[in-house]
Amino acid sequence: MKKDIREIVKERTLILDGAMGTMIQRYDLEEADFRKGWFEDHVKLLKGNNDLLSLTRPEIIKEIHASYFEAGADICETNTFSGTTVAQADYDLEKAVYDINYQSAKIAKEVADEFTAKDPNKPRYVAGAIGPTNRTCSISPDVNDPAFRAISFDELVEAYSLQVKALIEGGVDILLVETIFDTLNAKAALYAIDLVQEEMNTELPIMISGTITDASGRTLTGQTTEAFLISISHLPVFSVGLNCALGAKELRQYLKIMDEKAPFYVSAHPNAGLPNEFGEYDETPEIMGAQIKTFLEEKLVNIIGGCCGTTPEHIKVIADLVKKYEVRKIKAE
Amino acid sequence: MNSKTLPPLKLSGLEPLVVTPESNFINIGERTNMTGSKKFLRLIKEDKYEEALEVALDQVQGGAQIIDVNMDEGMIDGKEAMIRFLNLIASEPDIARVPIMVDSSKWEIIEAGLKCIQGKGVVNSISLKDGEELFIERAKIVKRLGAAVIVMAFDEVGQADNYERRIEICKRSYDILVEKANFPPQDIIFDPNIFPVGTGMEEHRNNALDFFNATEWIRKNLPGASVSGGVSNVSFSFRGNNAVREAMHSAFLYHAIQKGMNMGIVNPALLGVYDDIDKELLEKVEDVLLNRRNDATERLLDFAENFTGKKKEKLVDLSWREQTVQKRLSHALVKGITEFIEEDTEECRQKYKRPIEVIEGPLMDGMNVVGDLFGSGKMFLPQVVKSARVMKKAVAYLLPYIEADKQEDDKPNGKIVMATVKGDVHDIGKNIVGVVLGCNNYEVIDLGVMVPAEKIIQTAIEVNADAIGLSGLITPSLDEMVTVAKEMERADISIPLLIGGATTSRVHTAVKIEQFYTKNQTVHILDASRSVTAVESLLGNKRDIFVSNIKEEYKKLRDHHEKNNARKSYISLKEARQNKFPIEWKQSDIKVPNQLGVYSFQDYDINEILEYTDWTPFFQTWELAGKFPAILEDEIVGEAATKLFVDAKNMLKKIVNEKWLQAKGVYGLFPANSINDDDIEIYTDESRKKVLYTQRSLRSQLKKSKKAHNIALADFIAPKDTGIKDYIGGFAVTAGIGIEKHVQRFKDDHDDYNAILLQALADRLAESFAELLHARVRKEFWGYSPEENLDNEALIREKYKGIRPAPGYPACPDHTEKPGLFRILNATEHTSLKLTEHMAMYPTAAVAGWYFGHPEAKYFGVGKITKEQVESIAARKGKSTEEMEKWLGSNLSY
Repeated sequence: MKKDIREIVKERTLILDGAMGTMIQRYDLEEADFRKGWFEDHVKLLKGNNDLLSLTRPEIIKEIHASYFEAGADICETNTFSGTTVAQADYDLEKAVYDINYQSAKIAKEVADEFTAKDPNKPRYVAGAIGPTNRTCSISPDVNDPAFRAISFDELVEAYSLQVKALIEGGVDILLVETIFDTLNAKAALYAIDLVQEEMNTELPIMISGTITDASGRTLTGQTTEAFLISISHLPVFSVGLNCALGAKELRQYLKIMDEKAPFYVSAHPNAGLPNEFGEYDETPEIMGAQIKTFLEEKLVNIIGGCCGTTPEHIKVIADLVKKYEVRKIKAE
Repeated sequence: MNSKTLPPLKLSGLEPLVVTPESNFINIGERTNMTGSKKFLRLIKEDKYEEALEVALDQVQGGAQIIDVNMDEGMIDGKEAMIRFLNLIASEPDIARVPIMVDSSKWEIIEAGLKCIQGKGVVNSISLKDGEELFIERAKIVKRLGAAVIVMAFDEVGQADNYERRIEICKRSYDILVEKANFPPQDIIFDPNIFPVGTGMEEHRNNALDFFNATEWIRKNLPGASVSGGVSNVSFSFRGNNAVREAMHSAFLYHAIQKGMNMGIVNPALLGVYDDIDKELLEKVEDVLLNRRNDATERLLDFAENFTGKKKEKLVDLSWREQTVQKRLSHALVKGITEFIEEDTEECRQKYKRPIEVIEGPLMDGMNVVGDLFGSGKMFLPQVVKSARVMKKAVAYLLPYIEADKQEDDKPNGKIVMATVKGDVHDIGKNIVGVVLGCNNYEVIDLGVMVPAEKIIQTAIEVNADAIGLSGLITPSLDEMVTVAKEMERADISIPLLIGGATTSRVHTAVKIEQFYTKNQTVHILDASRSVTAVESLLGNKRDIFVSNIKEEYKKLRDHHEKNNARKSYISLKEARQNKFPIEWKQSDIKVPNQLGVYSFQDYDINEILEYTDWTPFFQTWELAGKFPAILEDEIVGEAATKLFVDAKNMLKKIVNEKWLQAKGVYGLFPANSINDDDIEIYTDESRKKVLYTQRSLRSQLKKSKKAHNIALADFIAPKDTGIKDYIGGFAVTAGIGIEKHVQRFKDDHDDYNAILLQALADRLAESFAELLHARVRKEFWGYSPEENLDNEALIREKYKGIRPAPGYPACPDHTEKPGLFRILNATEHTSLKLTEHMAMYPTAAVAGWYFGHPEAKYFGVGKITKEQVESIAARKGKSTEEMEKWLGSNLSY
């Protein structure tokens, strides 16, 4: 039995993996790769629906998880960012949601277990990635009818419940609600997690990660960092943090708020800088590392990894870096 | 469990609302409640949601910190209405910034409402009325949906109507919630039922008193829980007599808040100021509320019949209202009267072709009169800032019209980007300059405090600014200003750079800043009244002459500075140490402190602090020169000073009564000895074995005449090798806890005058607190002058024994001593004071320093020091020489 991550986090700063999408791009996959063995006759085009690769090309996803563990990651995220009936509806693949989550969790766990067996002193964990879906519960998509909502809280709870259940049954160690741009969506995810965990009698640690969209310092739906934090603090959360949208440099000031105010562990997985004029994230591992170094010097985070544009090379630099620094302790009550 | 160990109640809309023990009463808006507001009921029934939203917006702008939404009406689908209205609120950031209270007697409406809000709201309400099982079930849902909850004092038997029933139900509810529903105690808000008094019924006589006592009991015995209620209920039987109702609401709140009621629904239109209530009326109202006499109700009724709110008649001369509207505007501006400004502005607007002309015409004319009077010394800063308030209100009124009428060439005189530099938090001076420039039709973009160089420059480029103004008070800011100048050079922008703030000087600007920014002119601005002429000259057509004059002046200053420096000679650190302040050490000269260790004060009585106030610097803040109290009678500034003093006194009353500010302080007394001439070892205890902290003091190195000495603070502490047991003290005080929201409130109301006044008063209170604490240390805690009996005047003239030098000031100019001082006092924890990266204290209304008790200890200035000493202190502190050079920038002789 490997050590509980809630114990390990007291001893050292944990490394989360980097981007999944960026790595998948390196394989130059074709439409056929997304269908293989599972969706050969599906009417809609499936290329770009990366979550399906856990079913159709599991060896690729396992290779990516392995490359991040090799680089020093303690935690890998399942390939399930869009694994809800809400997000899969675009591809008419609501029915594949259980399999996506269950298989993604299962293969990630296999890779994690291999690495743990090789070095039991560095146990590896799987976080079930729960994305924001492509609909928002707090904003109307119709400018002429601000009271309209494309999705309701209850519909989101239903979708998230299915995803969470499959992830837990697939064997994840952690549940990670991430890239939160609408806190109400996240509250629905938390509601679902609470219900499912009660029903399944589990107590997996919950990680929450919001997204500050721009220099205004607010989420897409307008909350300040502290307001966001207050709005998701009602469950026994393991960690709270920020990811995506910004690079490490821009993220720092908002992480400081988390560090000061959050009664939880703090996580960050920034992008590899801001997108360049071609929309690519091109911050090198060294540049990103230099920024992350300030997080560590200031003891802002307990869990650190990468989002869009980051690669095993980035994670390696970060993993080497954290060894030199003391672990952050929770400041707020 | 102790309430001190529980986190505070935290709510959120788009912004956080954290309810701490220091928070003022939280006002819940109640006009978006269909059961309470006829207007809102009508709007929803008529499907006028747009207008209903305005009701919500009005409340938030009127100061509601939470808004209660209730859609319980038999004729409509309450659930659908709740969802629709909350979804609409979500798209209005100005409303959605506050938390929502979802209010309904129907559970399904509450649940539906909670599912529409992304923030952490409040449920209104749940209770034991329908049994324990349902109560627990609902509490669990509330928690799962992330909200706090109002719990009514209601159970299976009925509503609590006396003290015993209230505490019985609240206690039972609390225990069930915390133990069985696992509900966070700080998220529980009790409503222990406010019932009417003065009904004539015997059993209602204790209604208010029972509420007060139950509130006190809850706050004492149910840790973490808040208390709320609907206040207007209490005066139900006095409907029709608003004067009595207002008085009753104010008096009720006054007592309830004292007992711990920390939030509630109050109609601001039916609320008076406690202190302003007619004394006779107040006595009779309180007789009823507190059930003080058997005939209280009859007496109040009798009195109320004849009491229709005989407002104290003020003799206000309104003859100026008969003049032309232009003259009225001018009068209002000069006198700082906001009362009629909107109607006068409106009248004017109708007379002119374009709304902008009202500003350019009569309003600017009025401000020019103000400017002339100010320039000629007939008006003074406090009055000018009041004028600015009037101007701002008029402009705010016109703005929507101007926007609608926008044409291309409406231009202010110039755009000035202003900021307090990185690491510094002081902004009174900057705010004053901003107001004065604003009055003169400059567009001021105020970036606030602690602004990094990049942001200043980036903003200047973005808005195409005509000048940049930098401000700072602490000495490290001087260095930061040099950084900004260098960055401006690098960014290749060419606009004037203005330097201001208490530590800045013409010499510093000339010697240290000007040379680094060659693209345009750097100018030091001595005070607010000079800012306009300087900016006008820099941006106007006489620029060339002005700039060449400045350049010449600064060159002279530099030359002079250099010569001066060359003339002054410094002795080596060794020689200086040999010429230290000589004290013949005797154990009998040293008093063992009555109590060693660290002690703190959490909420010091501001009235007591006020007795130690030195008012003279307060007037200096406002650029009024003269000593207090003579200044009030001064021929030139007397009138302005007196008015300012009256405003200050009035505000102080509110600060005290409404608890705007909290004073916190800490002091410590420790065994200590000096070592190696310049360092002071501070020990953990009397065994003097373990060193708690070593204070490194700086020694004056200027070559002195025969009898003068080269002093360091360490000279006043007995050297370790004498074997004499000596002591030192440290302290940190602040009177600025809670100031931000009030300053913001004034700023939001375009009222810089009161914002600055409040900041200036908080500064004064902090200084007074330091004076008070020092006196108590001398007389009681250390106790070396138990007989001391000095009046305030003697204190101001520092007639007492011993000193209290503060890091960053002349006797110990080294700011980097602050973290050590803070550490040994645990000052941040005790006082909430924080140190910025540049060692400024926040809140700014703060003083921290050391206590030296030896009878010969005296204030002195270290002055300039040589590189030798900088290297020495850097080595002793384990820092690099470069870093210490940065901190000691203004003390370097080289």
